[in-house]
Amino acid sequence: MKVKKLTALAVSLLLAVSTTACSGGDGDVAINDDAAKSPDTAETEEITEPADPIELTCWVNEAHTDIFEYGAELYNEAHPNNPIELSLEFYPVTEMHNKLLIALQSGVGAPDIVDVNLTWWSNFMQGDIQFVPLNDIVEPDLDHMVSSRFELYSKDGTYYGIPTHVGATCMYYNMDLIGQAGVTIEEIDAIETWDQYLEIGRKVADATGKAWTAYETLNQRPYWPLLNGCGLDYIDADGNVTMDNEENIAILEWMYDVFQDGLAVEAPGGDLINENFYNWMNEGNCASVLMPSWYMIRLMDYMPDLSGKMIMRPVPVFEEGQPRSTCVGGTPTAITNQCKYVEEAKEFLYWAKLSDEGSIGIWETCKFDPVNLNVWTDARLTEPMDYFSGESFFDIMMPYIEGGIPSPVNPSDAKSTTAQELMRNNVMYQVFVTQEKSPKQALTDAANEVRDLKD
Amino acid sequence: MQAKQVRTSWNPKRILYSRKMAPYLFVAPFVASFLIFFLYPSIETIRMSFMSMEGFGKERFVGFYHYERLFNYHFGHAILTNTVYTACVLVIMMTVPIVLAVVVNSRLLKLRNMFRSAFFIPSLVSALIAGIAFRLMFSDMDSGLFNQILHLFGRESIAWNMGYSTGILMMVTLDAWKSIGINMVYCLSALQSIPEDIYESAEIDGASALRKFWFITVPMLKPTLIYIFTLTVIAGYRMFTESYVYWVDSTPGDIGLTIVRYLYQMSFQRNDMGFGSAIGIVLLGIIMMINLVQLRGFGMFGKEKD
Repeated sequence: MKVKKLTALAVSLLLAVSTTACSGGDGDVAINDDAAKSPDTAETEEITEPADPIELTCWVNEAHTDIFEYGAELYNEAHPNNPIELSLEFYPVTEMHNKLLIALQSGVGAPDIVDVNLTWWSNFMQGDIQFVPLNDIVEPDLDHMVSSRFELYSKDGTYYGIPTHVGATCMYYNMDLIGQAGVTIEEIDAIETWDQYLEIGRKVADATGKAWTAYETLNQRPYWPLLNGCGLDYIDADGNVTMDNEENIAILEWMYDVFQDGLAVEAPGGDLINENFYNWMNEGNCASVLMPSWYMIRLMDYMPDLSGKMIMRPVPVFEEGQPRSTCVGGTPTAITNQCKYVEEAKEFLYWAKLSDEGSIGIWETCKFDPVNLNVWTDARLTEPMDYFSGESFFDIMMPYIEGGIPSPVNPSDAKSTTAQELMRNNVMYQVFVTQEKSPKQALTDAANEVRDLKD
Repeated sequence: MQAKQVRTSWNPKRILYSRKMAPYLFVAPFVASFLIFFLYPSIETIRMSFMSMEGFGKERFVGFYHYERLFNYHFGHAILTNTVYTACVLVIMMTVPIVLAVVVNSRLLKLRNMFRSAFFIPSLVSALIAGIAFRLMFSDMDSGLFNQILHLFGRESIAWNMGYSTGILMMVTLDAWKSIGINMVYCLSALQSIPEDIYESAEIDGASALRKFWFITVPMLKPTLIYIFTLTVIAGYRMFTESYVYWVDSTPGDIGLTIVRYLYQMSFQRNDMGFGSAIGIVLLGIIMMINLVQLRGFGMFGKEKD
């Protein structure tokens, strides 16, 4: 009797399992289809007729769409017999990261090509790395690239990500507002140190009653770029937590003093990339912001009333000899190991992001500064921009970048994501919003928490 | 004999019509989905909570390390947030739906059906979608709805999503708007099952409307109220969406950091699946304990013994 019951149970289970197996079967069939297709493509190549395009699935940042589409055009021009077709999918940055993490953990469902935000890059650099090494497309061209951007996305000499832009920081000044205080453009040009910057800021703030600059309280700008400019970071090259060393604390204390003096204010909405801030800035409430190159397109798109009033200048420094610009943020593009057409995907990434034409496309479509320095002197890039008082970003910034530009020190370290998230969620909030902790206290607490993570 | 038996047992009609087989056949889909989607993941979660996942494809046994890690500021803060939130929602859910149900059940009210559906419709809306509207209403700009209301009272605009108490208020408001309707329906159906003659005899005894409500309606609704209470506590401690819609990427000062949010942050944003699993197990324990205490308090276990 018992045996019968057991067999009955087994049969019922078998039934249930076979149902699921059937649904899984569909997937198998699809894969077989693909496999059947590939010999076809080989044949058609011989008789030089365009084959069915290879479909590459890309999860990308929506703002970067044009870069990929233009890259696909370039690729298809170069390979008319073996074209590709992109299937672009867009997700918000955090959601894309979370989905990718699950897809890579479970081994199915990841796209061929994916954008990863720098904040979460370190998650993918642990254990068995699920991205494809890209050395063969990176190394031949590295001599005319901003190399620190590639180092950022490498581990043990292997490159896993292709940067989208340099993200060079500069200081954006609203000359209309500054002019109201009687400060001339020559005076702004003469700014070299933070002391000079604040001196003029005092003048402008007193005369206009408007904010001289704004801090992010839900994100890490301008603190992180300031650290990088001094060669500092949250985690040093050896993986030690340096969030609470003297220099780091001194910079946050300096920011806090400027804030207390009323020269800096909390950015409305908590960061510089939200609608509340755009409106506020557009109304001429803020005289200067320290932001990367990729802020140009946001100014132009979301703050149209500032057209013709803004200028860009290199960032002031604490001591002479420090770099006048640093790389901020970043979105490397990687190829996952679930990609079936790795060679094609690599070639496509080369055309989209590294080739001269692709790099010019990056500027023309997104107004990002490409990592390929060959094109920085191209007429299309140095063309004067009406929005920025008829000046060109590349003319102004090239002297400060061609000799090398620092990037964050160790964002591939396992602790880096936690450190960045603590800065965003806790430190900035505790220091500038609730002011419940001194800069030193907030940084020490955060550093201890990061240290407590076991490797 | 043997051969015959084999043949008959493979006759599909025999299997389908067999009294012994049929029950197993009917429960098979449930058993299978229970095993695959519940039991296996549960066991795996317990196992993972003792493991440290190192990147992809590598794991190491770490014993109770993840449980020790739970004694930190963030997790304590998350439990506090959940508790405050649940308490606020409970106060609303134990009062407003009953009152609304009594009102829309009253014969004196015109357009009763319209009101019933109007209160119920928000329950059909996804919290994520409603959240978009609420995020705009709670905008820190002068044009935000709730800031406009403040202006009516001569107050300045405030940044709702940057303060702890206003943050809790935002989440409670969204949940109240969404859940009052469904709880009202529960109360309404319970109300309609209360026999009319009890009220009649109370009226003969000269009971006022308020006394009738307090001494007849409320006690008769007790099972429904316990049901609402239990579900609200569970939902309160499992809350995630209400926080996620307001603070998508990061929660400033951990305002919107609830237990599940912390689990999500650790597992999926920091790839710390082992720690995330430990949080999940502890959350299960917390909810189970609260519900046991509460059901015992309501005498739900006593009855069975009697």
